[in-house]
Amino acid sequence: MEGQADFTERETNGETVLHFTGRLTVARIGDLDDRLTDMAIRPAKADISEVERVDTVGAWILHKLKRDYGTKIVGASNNAERLIDQVASADEIVQVRPDEGSAFSRTLARIGAGTMEGFGSLRGLLAFFGGLCIAIGNVFANPRRFRFNAVVQRFETVGVSSLGIIGLMSFLIGIVIAQQGAVQLRQFGAEVFTINLVGRITMRELGVLMTAIMVAGRSGSAFAAQLGSMKLAEEVDAMRTIGVPPMESLVLPRVLATTLLMPLLGFYAALVMIMGGGLLCWVSLGIPPDTFIQRIREVVPMTDLYVGLIKAPVFGFIIGLTGCFQGMQVEGNNEEVGLKTTAAVVQAIFLVIVLDAFFAVFFSSIGWV
Amino acid sequence: MSDETVITVRGLRNAFGEQVVHENLDLDLYRGEILGVVGGSGTGKSVLMRSIIGLQQPEEGEIEILGQNVAEANESEYLDLRRRWGVLFQNGALFSTLTVAENVQVPLREFYKDLDEELLDEIASYKIVMSGLPVEAAPKFPSELSGGMRKRAGIARALALDPPLLFLDEPTAGLDPIGAAAFDQLILDLKESLDLTVFLITHDLDTLYAICDRVAVLADKKVIADGTIDELLATDHPWIQEYFDGPRARAALHAKERN
Repeated sequence: MEGQADFTERETNGETVLHFTGRLTVARIGDLDDRLTDMAIRPAKADISEVERVDTVGAWILHKLKRDYGTKIVGASNNAERLIDQVASADEIVQVRPDEGSAFSRTLARIGAGTMEGFGSLRGLLAFFGGLCIAIGNVFANPRRFRFNAVVQRFETVGVSSLGIIGLMSFLIGIVIAQQGAVQLRQFGAEVFTINLVGRITMRELGVLMTAIMVAGRSGSAFAAQLGSMKLAEEVDAMRTIGVPPMESLVLPRVLATTLLMPLLGFYAALVMIMGGGLLCWVSLGIPPDTFIQRIREVVPMTDLYVGLIKAPVFGFIIGLTGCFQGMQVEGNNEEVGLKTTAAVVQAIFLVIVLDAFFAVFFSSIGWV
Repeated sequence: MSDETVITVRGLRNAFGEQVVHENLDLDLYRGEILGVVGGSGTGKSVLMRSIIGLQQPEEGEIEILGQNVAEANESEYLDLRRRWGVLFQNGALFSTLTVAENVQVPLREFYKDLDEELLDEIASYKIVMSGLPVEAAPKFPSELSGGMRKRAGIARALALDPPLLFLDEPTAGLDPIGAAAFDQLILDLKESLDLTVFLITHDLDTLYAICDRVAVLADKKVIADGTIDELLATDHPWIQEYFDGPRARAALHAKERN
């Protein structure tokens, strides 16, 4: 490259003198630093009178020569001299990388930190639940503090505006269940039991479970993001200062909305799933809709509906609670909002599925099978 | 300061939809000076900086930087131009997933892939010290730094490639007076020692009085006046009078005279 930094060694009066040429700049420095570091001799002088330009990187390299070998820099322009002085005064021992232990201790530390964080999060969630209970108690004691408008507004965002997407998802899931069920059951010539499959699994499990996942992704994440950015903008602090308890004004309406709307949305999803299944049965198995509905009424016991409707508000409560909890945990910077939003969805879906497993065992053992 | 221009803007026009921000704007920045750009909120100071550094495509007008016409530059000329300026954004704009030292190394790694690790670390070290950061700051992440330290880290990154031209967008905004004064001093020192030309957007009258060689006033969609503060005071534009003759400006002037 043109102007590449370079040097030659010359013996003058029994001294080693390095003659530098080219540009001592970051763009042209190449491997000059390596070559100087690996040098076996200790040059007495470095002549830079032929150097075209020096920037701080070049000055740094010359400074190192001076520092490590006691080399005298000669032929420096005023500018070069000033730069060398500047970098010399900035020469301090700096630890560039964060401390890192061995891989083993780091793994242990990470496991430990993860465990602590898990327990901390659980404890925080419980404390948050406690705070919410107190807020509910306060609202019961002073019903005028109940924020009716806020709740209705949440009803719209959590419920009404999600009908479309939940309906579409449910309809397609209904078709998939019926189609897969029909393929398997055909092997036994028991295609007609597709109706039992669709009716029972949607009412009992999938209607509510899929809705919960959808609501967690749609509303739980929105809660975390909203409250998180409000927290960052100090809106939450402003509320506290004015005397508006955030638990009552922000958290309670949201949790109430998900709790009350989950049964409705879950039931709606189950119905649409049955409709999707019914369409497939009609088209591909030739079961007419009136027969399908007749069979559904025969094979789906009332307890299946109860199972779904009992689980739904619990799931809704969990989703609202974790969403708001994670949102209120946001501190520091914008990055946190993203992290906590993700955490809210993951935690909500995880808790919903764990609880669903408990519910399944519980309802079976009380005979609602 | 010399007569050689580093940035020449002629007939610049910027508009967002119906709203015209700049119309027929001319500006010169001379080698070795610190130019303060002032103007009321919404007069397009940041938009001007963004159009000069190529983040905002102007509708009309010529911009020439370091002898290179920006609109006519091809890809490699433009890339070459970009490593000859450093930019400090308002809040530092440090990459949050990288440490301070790694932030400083980003431009170096991008443009000079064959620099070895050891030298990269050394460069980051002295840049960090030069920017007035404590040595403990190097391995820290931006979220662990105070506002003033973030700006210093931003300066260290802006100076990573030894650019002759430095853009600063409200460098002292949000700093306490002591921190702001120290930052002004830092800019002045760096300018002296590294022979920089500085384009500085500011609201801070102290900064204007303390370190700016010249001030350009943005109003009515163009640069209505530029020159030293004394020269500006001689003009009779009401906004300039109010700006430089208001109580805060007088206080800043007193402060300067006392020093």
